[in-house]
Amino acid sequence: MNNNELKKMTYREAIRLGMTEEMRRDDNVIFMGGDIGPRVGAFCLSAEMIDEFGEERILDTPISEAAMVGTAVGAAATGLRPICEIMFMDFVTFAMDALVNQGAKMRYMFGGQTQVPMVLRLPAGSGTGAGAQHSQSLEAWLCHVPGLKVVTPSTPAQAKGLIKAAIRDNNPVCFIEHRLLYKIEDDVPLDEDFMVEIGKTFIERPGKDITIVTYGTLLPKAMEAAVLLAAEGIDVEILNPVTLYPMDMKPVVESVIKTGRVIVAHEASKTGGVGGEIVARIAESEAFDYLNAPIIRLAGLDIPIPYNRKLEAAVVPQTKDFIRAVYCLLDCE
Amino acid sequence: MIELSEGILLRMYYKMNQARFFEEKVADLMPGGLVHGTAPLSMGQEAIDVVSCLALEKGDLVSLTHRGHSQAIGFGLDVNLMMAELLGKATGYCKGKGGSMHIADVKNGNIGANGVFGGGFNLSCGAALTQKYKKTGKVVLCFAGDEAANEGSFHESLNLASIWKLPIVFLIENNLNGLTTPVSKHMNIKNISDRSTSYDIPGITIDGSDPLEVYNTLLKALRYARAGKGPVLLEAKTYRYNGHSKSGAQDNSPEEEVEEWRKKDPVLKLKNYLKDNQVFTDKQIQTIEDEAGNSIENALEFAMASPEPEVTAVLDDVYACEVGE
Repeated sequence: MNNNELKKMTYREAIRLGMTEEMRRDDNVIFMGGDIGPRVGAFCLSAEMIDEFGEERILDTPISEAAMVGTAVGAAATGLRPICEIMFMDFVTFAMDALVNQGAKMRYMFGGQTQVPMVLRLPAGSGTGAGAQHSQSLEAWLCHVPGLKVVTPSTPAQAKGLIKAAIRDNNPVCFIEHRLLYKIEDDVPLDEDFMVEIGKTFIERPGKDITIVTYGTLLPKAMEAAVLLAAEGIDVEILNPVTLYPMDMKPVVESVIKTGRVIVAHEASKTGGVGGEIVARIAESEAFDYLNAPIIRLAGLDIPIPYNRKLEAAVVPQTKDFIRAVYCLLDCE
Repeated sequence: MIELSEGILLRMYYKMNQARFFEEKVADLMPGGLVHGTAPLSMGQEAIDVVSCLALEKGDLVSLTHRGHSQAIGFGLDVNLMMAELLGKATGYCKGKGGSMHIADVKNGNIGANGVFGGGFNLSCGAALTQKYKKTGKVVLCFAGDEAANEGSFHESLNLASIWKLPIVFLIENNLNGLTTPVSKHMNIKNISDRSTSYDIPGITIDGSDPLEVYNTLLKALRYARAGKGPVLLEAKTYRYNGHSKSGAQDNSPEEEVEEWRKKDPVLKLKNYLKDNQVFTDKQIQTIEDEAGNSIENALEFAMASPEPEVTAVLDDVYACEVGE
């Protein structure tokens, strides 16, 4: 069905709609996760899906992340297209052999004999008071593994388009969804062929004075900062590398050439983070000669996520941090 | 015990010899550097490695271990392409990118030899899920070693396979030794099959050096899994004569232990059976051995004459490019 209709829905509903459409389209798509059974998953994503697709396709697994992800890899290599949900990204630790040593390597190691079309959904991030073991943003680990693709949507429309593209992709795709975004509501295309292409960085807001590269839950904060700064006559361009790996750097380089000033921001802790890679690639590119100021990285502090609301907020960049960083860069001549 | 046909006994003896000759050849090649990496050998384990695969039906799948040459030969892989892979040639199963520990033939049901201890348990659950979901009636035979049964993946996958009634035969080749340490130092139970109790699935321990016992037990286990009753945990007590791998070439297994198992050599055991029961004449047996030996000489010749991969191929096949329909 091709239509131009838009519907307001939450990020969570958009992911579910994307999965549902793909499961209707392709019988080989199955969905498994810990505790997504008849009594409904921890984040209610599987509600209704079980009624439509039954327990043959909505597979409730024990809390055995290694078995679940390994099963997805084995099923993908033999003809199914599994979607797998790990309740908290923190627990991808249990599944690292299946993901890193098996899923990411099978195709290459076997000389191209097979493919592993699977999606690993990873709810991530802080801000919910869940503490140090349920709040991490571990995307940089995954971006260090050739063979995986890593994507992270920031809006409901991206969430729907990207989950569909991830399901149709013939590689293992890690789909990182930020829990703070689940309740965000926005227009989502109902067109069943609407997809967000994997491997593209998007310009979320065009501008000419300064470039901000950010993703996930920091995008709304950057957008908020841009609106406040616009009132002061500062025109911010915001880029969103929705695909973190392999990353499309071309729009970033072009933007930096235009503005000469760049902030790279993410919630994950700074050391070894994806931001360092983005900055290095800017430095390696022709944009280096156009920089009018040092590059600023805004990132999570290099500490575990604390419980207390005030402390938790202090760990990750906030809107005011974007504003401060923008003024700091504009002061550099 | 069912009466075995001449045909199956011929296949058993031929393939067990092929496996033995293949590994003897690899052992010869390793010090010279022709085999660039490691190549874990399983000489002594041919009954369980080879014969278990002969009990499979067409379309059944296997997941092999890092010590998987003989398992692959049992499953019917082409020794030419295997030898080419060990020599890192472009004609090898994995175009020279896998080597000894990663020999795969996915389209024919070998979902790959696995370099990770216990790495194949979960993958087998996935392959079996596909069979169950698509109602193919096929079974997955999952090979693993004794130490793999101490990995978390063993327990997670047995539990999952049990509750989902997946068609898998988990086959633990207990060769009594880890890298260098006796298994008895790493687990207090005598039989790994006892662990089946925790998952409410059948668990059986057999003499893995006896080709006929292996064959008959596998037939039963595969029939059970194929009938939709769920997985089976089989444990075969066996022995490898060589060290763990390159690093374990100087093995410290007690000499008397090695000697005791050499007396139970599976290839010799089958040979004696064939003679004693007059299945084949001495001359026929000699012919089978010669043909198996020749196939390995030819494999080496094929591998030696094969080209190396182009350096530009290093970038190929990291990702599948096309998008699914």
